[in-house]
Amino acid sequence: MRHVISLLIENESGALSRVSGLFSARGYNIESLTVAPTEDASMSRMTIVTSGSDDIIEQITKQLNKLIEVVKVVDISEAAHIERELMLVKIRATGKDREEIKRTADIFRARIIDVTDASYVVELTGNQSKLDAFIGAIDPALILETVRSGVCGIGRGDRVLKL
Amino acid sequence: MVLTGAEIVIRCLQEEKVEYVFGYPGGAVLYIYDALFQQEAVRHVLVRHEQAAVHAADGYARSTEKVGVALVTSGPGATNAVTGIATAFCDSIPMVIISGQVPTAAIGQDAFQEVDTVGITRPCVKHNFLVKDVRDIAATIKKAFYLAKTGRPGPVLVDIPKDVSMHKCEFEYPKEISMRSYNPVVKGHSGQIKKAVQLLLEAKRPMIYTGGGVVLANAAEQLTKLTRLLGFPITNTLMGLGGYPASDRQYLGMPGMHGTYEANMSMHYSDVLLAVGARFDDRVIGLPSHFAEEPRKIIHIDIDPSSISKRVKVDVPIVGDVKEVLEEMIRQLESGEARPNPEAVAAWWKQVEEWRGRNCMAYKNSDEIIKPQFVVQKLWEVTGGEAIVTSDVGQHQMWAAQYYRFDKPRRWLNSGGLGTMGVGMPYAMGAKLANPDMPVACITGEASIQMNIQELSTCKQFRLPIKICNLNNRYLGMVRQWQQLFHGQRYSESYMDSLPDFAKLAEAYGHVGIRVDKPCDVEGAIREAFTTHKNDLVFLDFQIDQTENVYPMVQGGKGLTEMILSAEDL
Ligand SMILES: Cc1ncc(C[n+]2csc(CCOP(=O)(O)OP(=O)(O)O)c2C)c(N)n1
Repeated sequence: MRHVISLLIENESGALSRVSGLFSARGYNIESLTVAPTEDASMSRMTIVTSGSDDIIEQITKQLNKLIEVVKVVDISEAAHIERELMLVKIRATGKDREEIKRTADIFRARIIDVTDASYVVELTGNQSKLDAFIGAIDPALILETVRSGVCGIGRGDRVLKL
Repeated sequence: MVLTGAEIVIRCLQEEKVEYVFGYPGGAVLYIYDALFQQEAVRHVLVRHEQAAVHAADGYARSTEKVGVALVTSGPGATNAVTGIATAFCDSIPMVIISGQVPTAAIGQDAFQEVDTVGITRPCVKHNFLVKDVRDIAATIKKAFYLAKTGRPGPVLVDIPKDVSMHKCEFEYPKEISMRSYNPVVKGHSGQIKKAVQLLLEAKRPMIYTGGGVVLANAAEQLTKLTRLLGFPITNTLMGLGGYPASDRQYLGMPGMHGTYEANMSMHYSDVLLAVGARFDDRVIGLPSHFAEEPRKIIHIDIDPSSISKRVKVDVPIVGDVKEVLEEMIRQLESGEARPNPEAVAAWWKQVEEWRGRNCMAYKNSDEIIKPQFVVQKLWEVTGGEAIVTSDVGQHQMWAAQYYRFDKPRRWLNSGGLGTMGVGMPYAMGAKLANPDMPVACITGEASIQMNIQELSTCKQFRLPIKICNLNNRYLGMVRQWQQLFHGQRYSESYMDSLPDFAKLAEAYGHVGIRVDKPCDVEGAIREAFTTHKNDLVFLDFQIDQTENVYPMVQGGKGLTEMILSAEDL
């Protein structure tokens, strides 16, 4: 099962490699991992998308908690939550493709943020499936480059991950 | 007071009441060695290889309740230390390792003797630090000691660049430390403890299984009290030996791969299993799916939540300090009237005694050739069971664990988790320095001892009269045993050729060497080592039966009850 794990970690050098090292050393999956400082610059927030049986997910959260620099861990996918991912796609846009791409972007509520006479850069945020769907809607031959941020997640309503 | 970083390091060690630092100098730690030279409170033990420095500090820690400290230089000093660090990590031993690093400005430049020590050791430490500012040294070392000895203990490494050890700043040792990201649980959940006690009272076939956690938490007294109060059978793992007195009736011997028939059968067929500071290791429970075939309720007490329900599903998890939890269980039992059902427990004991009646530890002694089990038994007799015994890894380790009966904790020092050959002599060195008035013996094999044989020199310099009992079978015995049983007797590279004359080798280092060839000379030689040569290091080189195997045995991948009891079962 797919899980989204959020954690707060001391913003120390090496903290990221402790987390990624834990996943590789114990053979856990990482589908994506995002990290950046929070409003409190001494702490970073990480979102890890992983998958595994209940036993494995239990071990993952326990092992993460065991890391000395980890302040708090929650599996936000255990309850209502929101996931977003940012994607930038550079698409070859010439001739009649220009209009077609623009239309597709509008349908997906994507924005064209860079234009040359031969290409667009399209920015799109949403959950993973929306991003996948957009890629699916564009002729693969036209895609020059894609970059995705990985998932950021947050619990809905009262569920707050804070110190 | 304004001090250099190096002076601060030493002052911190003084503040932590460190008696001994085990180490080896080099370029990156020259300032620290200079500061060490100019004081007397912290004594330095110069080993002959950094691996031994870490093992010796580890042995010091295991035989006491203190944190072991090692000091090594950058690059090769640090990489040589890695095996020692990993060994301590696997057995949760509290240690602080201080390593030198190239100057801050040189980091990342492929400088002479530069390695990413923090990176290399990250997976085998509880935590590590690179100190980039002299003003952080004191707080970092304070944290290192705090982390090493609290919660589930473990080694903590502090990497200090050379320039940082040379810079100056005001020194003040922090009195308190608090870390928002680190708050180990101490007290167990009282509701869970109540549930556990209830289960134990209702048990029909109860069994207590305890590990290294009992020793580390200094909870042997509480464990003994609870076990006697309940009247249940008990087993201690390889790491937990001495947690409960081995000479007591309720004790069934060690469980696991080379455990006793009665301990394994009782583990397997129990209806309530109380696990204390133990982690259901693969060497202890055999194949997990086979272990799970018999229904039983499991209570698991451990300081580390990630050890609970890792390999075996647990019914009543209790996270907390083993000592505190056991005390609470005793309190609850003593304050109530309820006691275990005497008929049920008596019936269970009848079954357990029947299993014990198989006498699985019996072996055929000989007048012609020395049997290793006999040597260990004689060592136990001569030392009255009062020695600190260290071992290396192999058959001799198992014979030591099986035939030396440990009645007290912190008397048995071995590498259980990592299984590191070469720990035996350094462990004995650390233990002897920590316990100068106790007899210390190292039971080893001719292969293991050669992994750190250079330490005979350290033992000479620091006058460490340890007794080395080399069970010399001229084989990598444990490897040979597996090859005999599971690889069609193809003895690939398990024969130790061109062995030195160990007695002469010991003499060359300035010690006493005794070679023993006949069973009738075994006891006399051991006595001589502990009396005539009380103050000497004695290397007893026992020429033992080359083909003796360790039994009972549960093959890897087999169930706990599928035991080979002796050669006749093959
Ligand atoms: C550093 C290291 N290398 C290899 C091994 C694998 N190993 C386990 S036991 C053993 C043989 C040990 O031989 P010896 O010390 O003579 O003891 P014996 O088994 O003969 O009693 C070996 C090679 C190990 N445990 N540690």
